[in-house]
Amino acid sequence: MNNNSGMSLIVKTTTRLLVGFILLYGIYIVLHGHISPGGGFAGGFIIALSYILFMLAFGKDEILKRIPASSIPFLESLGALMFLTIAVLGFFGGYFFSNWLPKGITFKLLSAGTIPISNIALALLEVSLGLFGIFLVLILLKFTPPKNGETNEKVK
Amino acid sequence: MLEINLLLIFIIIAAIVAISVKDLLSAVVAVGVSGFGLCITFLALKAPDLAITQLVVEILCLIILIKATIRLDLPFSTSGRWFINTFVTLVFLAVFLGYGYMALMSLPQFGSPIMKVSAFYLAKETLEKVHATNLVSAINLNFRAYDTLGEATALFAAAVGVMALMRKRGKKSPNEGESDE
Repeated sequence: MNNNSGMSLIVKTTTRLLVGFILLYGIYIVLHGHISPGGGFAGGFIIALSYILFMLAFGKDEILKRIPASSIPFLESLGALMFLTIAVLGFFGGYFFSNWLPKGITFKLLSAGTIPISNIALALLEVSLGLFGIFLVLILLKFTPPKNGETNEKVK
Repeated sequence: MLEINLLLIFIIIAAIVAISVKDLLSAVVAVGVSGFGLCITFLALKAPDLAITQLVVEILCLIILIKATIRLDLPFSTSGRWFINTFVTLVFLAVFLGYGYMALMSLPQFGSPIMKVSAFYLAKETLEKVHATNLVSAINLNFRAYDTLGEATALFAAAVGVMALMRKRGKKSPNEGESDE
């Protein structure tokens, strides 16, 4: 509130209320990827967007405090390695990428063999890509504000 | 078919506006308009998975682009147009709320999900082999998993390449970014 990074108090309060629900919705989309439309790609980006909303509202210091920039390559490598591991573990069922886990009952959450795990792996990859986009904006494209004071308010 | 044609014309107009407009922020907004038009086109063609992904990726790219261009040039005037602004806002709110009401009323009952479309299309084979009702997901991650593996590899390689390219400038900044990799 007191620090000037980020937006106004209204935006911050709304964000504080909303961010958890957006994160939860992303996790829901990832976990239900084999039942309803969605899946790892979309859900991972929704999770990343919740962090982007947080970043836009609270400024970059808060999010750099919560997610260190060095965790991005870790998440990304974890996602890619997990997907590859699922593929290699398919040799238990006979061939690369075979669906060797028990299939379960249709329309249940724990069904469809390896598909939910692959969704989670892809979601990790996408989350890290989205967060990488944020850090690209935050760290590399650093803007110096114009010297003659405020820009937005002056036009009015 | 008519609605798809209209949407495609809309996308083309947005693209032409995007390349012919002078300042950068308007061009970014026009690019966003064409992206959302593509999203609605996917929805009209009954591909909800693609529509969700397109929507989310479009929002992400738009945020990054706007964040990158918002400080550069801002020929922005709010004075003198309050009537049009209010009118447009009210019309947009009315359309949004009305469409949201219609969409929410047409949802299936809570607790009875049942994707009728996929149950109709998959009929036998996919359900027996995979037990996944989302046909797109089943094909992406099971039948055509090699494609997804290649896609994930391409994304991974792109991100690692950008990290490697940007590493030096990241190191120069006071808050340390992208330390390793």
